[in-house]
Amino acid sequence: MKVEQMSVFLENKPGALAEVTRILGEAGVNIRALSLADTKDFGILRLIVNDNEKAKEALGPKGFTVRKTEVVAVEVPDRPGGLADILKILAEARINVEYLYAFVQQSGENAIIIFRFDETDRAIAVLAEKKVRILEGEKVYAL
Amino acid sequence: MIWNEELETLPREELQALQLKRLMATADRVYATVPFYKKKFDEAGIQPADIKSLKDLQRLPFTTKTDLRDHYPFGLFAVPMEQVVRIHASSGTTGKQTVVGYTRQDIDTWAELMARSLAAAGAQKNDIIQNAYGYGLFTGGLGVHYGAEKLGAAVIPISGGNSKRQIIIMQDFGSTVLTCTPSYALFLAETAEEMGVDIKQLKLRVGIFGAEPWSEKMREEIERKLNLQAIDIYGLSEVIGPGVSIECLEAKQGLHVFEDHFIPEIINPQTGAMLPYGEKGELVFTTITKEAFPLIRYRTRDISVLYAQPCKCGRTHVRMERVSGRSDDMLIIRGVNVFPSQIESVLMNIEGVEPHYLLIVDRKGNLDTLEVQVEVNEKVFSDEIKNLQVITRKIENDIKDLLGVTAEVKLVEPKSIQRSEGKAQRVIDKRKI
Ligand SMILES: [Zn+2]
Repeated sequence: MKVEQMSVFLENKPGALAEVTRILGEAGVNIRALSLADTKDFGILRLIVNDNEKAKEALGPKGFTVRKTEVVAVEVPDRPGGLADILKILAEARINVEYLYAFVQQSGENAIIIFRFDETDRAIAVLAEKKVRILEGEKVYAL
Repeated sequence: MIWNEELETLPREELQALQLKRLMATADRVYATVPFYKKKFDEAGIQPADIKSLKDLQRLPFTTKTDLRDHYPFGLFAVPMEQVVRIHASSGTTGKQTVVGYTRQDIDTWAELMARSLAAAGAQKNDIIQNAYGYGLFTGGLGVHYGAEKLGAAVIPISGGNSKRQIIIMQDFGSTVLTCTPSYALFLAETAEEMGVDIKQLKLRVGIFGAEPWSEKMREEIERKLNLQAIDIYGLSEVIGPGVSIECLEAKQGLHVFEDHFIPEIINPQTGAMLPYGEKGELVFTTITKEAFPLIRYRTRDISVLYAQPCKCGRTHVRMERVSGRSDDMLIIRGVNVFPSQIESVLMNIEGVEPHYLLIVDRKGNLDTLEVQVEVNEKVFSDEIKNLQVITRKIENDIKDLLGVTAEVKLVEPKSIQRSEGKAQRVIDKRKI
């Protein structure tokens, strides 16, 4: 039920993001979703790709620090209040959302949102109980 | 064990009387035999006969590494070559090597000091000493070797390198004492691990490590990984080689300087003024028994502190604090003396952080700024910004606590800090003063 996300440390300097995407492109890795969080000094690029191992093998030797994290891909109904409903479920269960970002592609009629929780397993259980649809990793990488 | 009970525990007044007598003799001799010293004494307006107390040492001129290089190779020898029985040279990383000579008496003195050192570290006659310091022009190998023989221990002159063989010999010969650089000790521990050798099965008891700076944290690591007591030894070839000072096993706190042979001083590296015990500054040594290569007030560039508090081992000789940096590297930031090695020790004490850093000193308006760039690695990297900010704040706070300066810590990509051959460039000073 979990999705593996790659995080890459980036210095805040021109071209850093472009370089990562170029290296991944040359290695034949497809980026499925991406978000960049930054401060004035550094940034963290979070990626969902079709092949984590290949991505790590491509970035590691180039000196990038890469880390894998487990996140959850949630299907959110593409209607007003769709996301708010899910956040409400999580808030009631006192689960913290560390961050979230949207997937480019949709899953049928629904949008896909990547969530990073403080308690991943409990979050999955809570959402499943409320019949919120969660996507398997394999399905997400292949979207 | 104290090798030379009489001299190593001499009451301080008697020790100082002996130092004065030997200093006066040394000053007489260098003035008469080494033109360089005669010229320097004359320029400073002091004659050997003016030395009437140890305080007068302050009036003598300093000798620097540059002076040694300028008289390459034998220009500062105080005896004719027929009396020289050994020549060593220091590895010159920049420019010419510095060359030192020994008479037969000097070799005996050195062996005595190394026997004292080994004994202070807890080595005895029945020990098997695996000497993994390099044999050659470098003083480490032969210095330990002669001291071990004098002590009566069995010395294995294995020299450095060939790490697998080192481990096999440790096992087969039952070595009880290891002597090498601290970084090589760690490397040997890793080698043993790779070979599947259980360190606990080895007979190693004591390790005597020196010839490069190391930290308390490294000591803990070595002691844990090699299952031995790690003792710090200090020396430099210009002064005699290893055996200028050593920690005693009893206290493991500060290195006793063999004061009946060397007079240590701490000076302010900027002004040259002698500093009292307890203050941090540059170590200076005057040799008072050496024949072939006596040195007057030699500036080591090593930063340390001297303290004369009595030690529980019974030795009366002053102790010097573990060398904490080089005066060449010292930065003055907003009036505070900062050594890159101090920043390094802050980083080494934070779990997961590696001591790869770059200091960038600048001046904004009238205020000095210090930026510390620290490489991120997989251990500290996180997908969450706040976790990385916790680390940068922690480093900033620790630097502030330890050094008293405000630094801005910036995380950078690994390997983005330039590494030159072996020695990393640690400081960029952009201030235009
Ligand atoms: Zn002691």
